[in-house]
This record gives sequence, C-alpha cells and structure tokens, in this order.
Amino acid sequence: MAEIDSPLGSNYIAGEHGNVAAGIGVSLAERRNLSIIQVTAWPNTIPTVLTAIGSATGLIIDNKPGLGRVAGEKSVFGFAPGRFLVTAASADLETRLRSAISADLGTIVPLTHGRCVIRIAGPASEWVLSKLFALDFSEHAFAVGHGRATLHHDIHALIQRVDQDAFDLYIFRTFARSFWTILGHAAEEVGYRVG
Amino acid sequence: MIIKCPYCGPRDVIEFVYQGDASRTRPEPASTDQAEWNRYVYDRANPSGSHREYWLHSGGCRQHLLVVRDMSSHAISSVSFARENTSSGDRR
Repeated sequence: MAEIDSPLGSNYIAGEHGNVAAGIGVSLAERRNLSIIQVTAWPNTIPTVLTAIGSATGLIIDNKPGLGRVAGEKSVFGFAPGRFLVTAASADLETRLRSAISADLGTIVPLTHGRCVIRIAGPASEWVLSKLFALDFSEHAFAVGHGRATLHHDIHALIQRVDQDAFDLYIFRTFARSFWTILGHAAEEVGYRVG
Repeated sequence: MIIKCPYCGPRDVIEFVYQGDASRTRPEPASTDQAEWNRYVYDRANPSGSHREYWLHSGGCRQHLLVVRDMSSHAISSVSFARENTSSGDRR
C-alpha cells in the first residue's frame, strides 16, 4: 500500500514546545500507516457482526454503547448504535472484514484516506482534552478501550481511550491541520513533545 | 441545556440540532386539503409545559431522538430513539 501523505504537513514540528520548564505534560503524535474501517450492522445483525469483527481482528466486544478494546496497534470501538470503527496497522484489514461480513450482515466503509489519527499521551492528556471537548475524560466515566463521538466546534472527532493516560483522536483529514494547531495551543500550558 | 442521549449519555445541547415539533401528524400525501396542510406546516401549539420534539444528535451518534421537554423550564423528562416511537408508515 502506498504511504499516504500526512495532512499535518509543515505544522508537524518534532521537538518540545510550550511551557516545558516543569516537564512534559503530553506527547502528541500522528499514527501513520493504519487501515481505518467503519463497519455498520443492520439493526438485527449487530451481535453477528461483532462476532465477525472478532474473527477478523481477534478483538471481541459486547454490544454496549461506546464499548471497545485495544490490543497493540489494533482497536475497535462502537460510536453509534450498530456502528463500529476498526483500526489496524495491516493493509489487509478491509479484505479480512469483507470476507467475514457480507452485505446481508452490514456495510463496510474504508476511511483510511479520510481520517487522521492523533495520539495524545501523558499525565496531562485528560486536562488538555477537557479544554476542547465537553466530555468527562476521567477514567471512571471513560474507561480504557471505550470510544466517544463528539465534536470540537464544527470539527467532528471520534475519541478512543487507549491507555490510562492516552487517547486516539480520529479527525476528518481536511480539518486535521487546523485541529492539530488548536491541540498544540491547548497543550502549550503543560508543555508538549511532538514525535 | 444537557440532553441525555440514549447511546452517548449526557451531552451539551451544542451537539444537537432541533428537528421540530413531534406532536403533529402529517396529512395523507395525496390530500389536497389546503387548510389541513396549512395547519401541519405552520400551526404550533407552543404550550407552556411538556412538549414532544425531535432532535438530531448531529455531533455524536447522529441518531434522531424524541425528547419530551418542558417549554417553560427546559427540564427534560425523557429522551429515546425516535425510531422506537414511530411505527412503519408513520407520517410525522
């Protein structure tokens, strides 16, 4: 698979930025070379589709709002009734999902070229994200593996908590550079490292 | 105002788009009764109290919701998926 250009372009400046005198509050990075697939089940096929996603990825989740799982580079989470985002660092993810999920079970939409995935990690990640999104980012309300669909002003975002202090943000590719800049401004207070 | 989406949980109203009065019923599509269509398109009861209305969670799960809201206090007494409250062929 040809490598896709980063939408962040010249705004992706590796190094330390902001108020780093007291340490690094968060690190920001773009996750590259991922396959990102949206799977949508019909209303009566959700459990079957979840089983199929499990057979294709090894990640099995229950049909509960926002539930998800993370295993290394692979992840899956629900963000709407019957709708799931599946991500893996392998180019054959779409092929495996299509072989497991027929049109009778649901639909598959490749979003690899349409999304930019930004990972924010570090002790201040909840603090920085709380400036941008009206969500409760505390771990009791937003557990590891779970996902949320929300927006920052008019920029839609899918957010998955991938670790105790790390989140993946799935942003529309066309808004990614603008959002990346905003995220950097929000992180300046705590000091951040890119790369 | 906070709306508790049945899927996403409590979210700020900025994530939602108002989609209109859910208490009216659309006339038969073939109807040529001008007064009936006029009532459907323009007449609103605007009650001071409980009101059924459609909202779209455009900034979240993108589901259509049926919200029962007090028009004077904005207190929301129930939120459910709109599809669970309309039957096939419903003309709302």
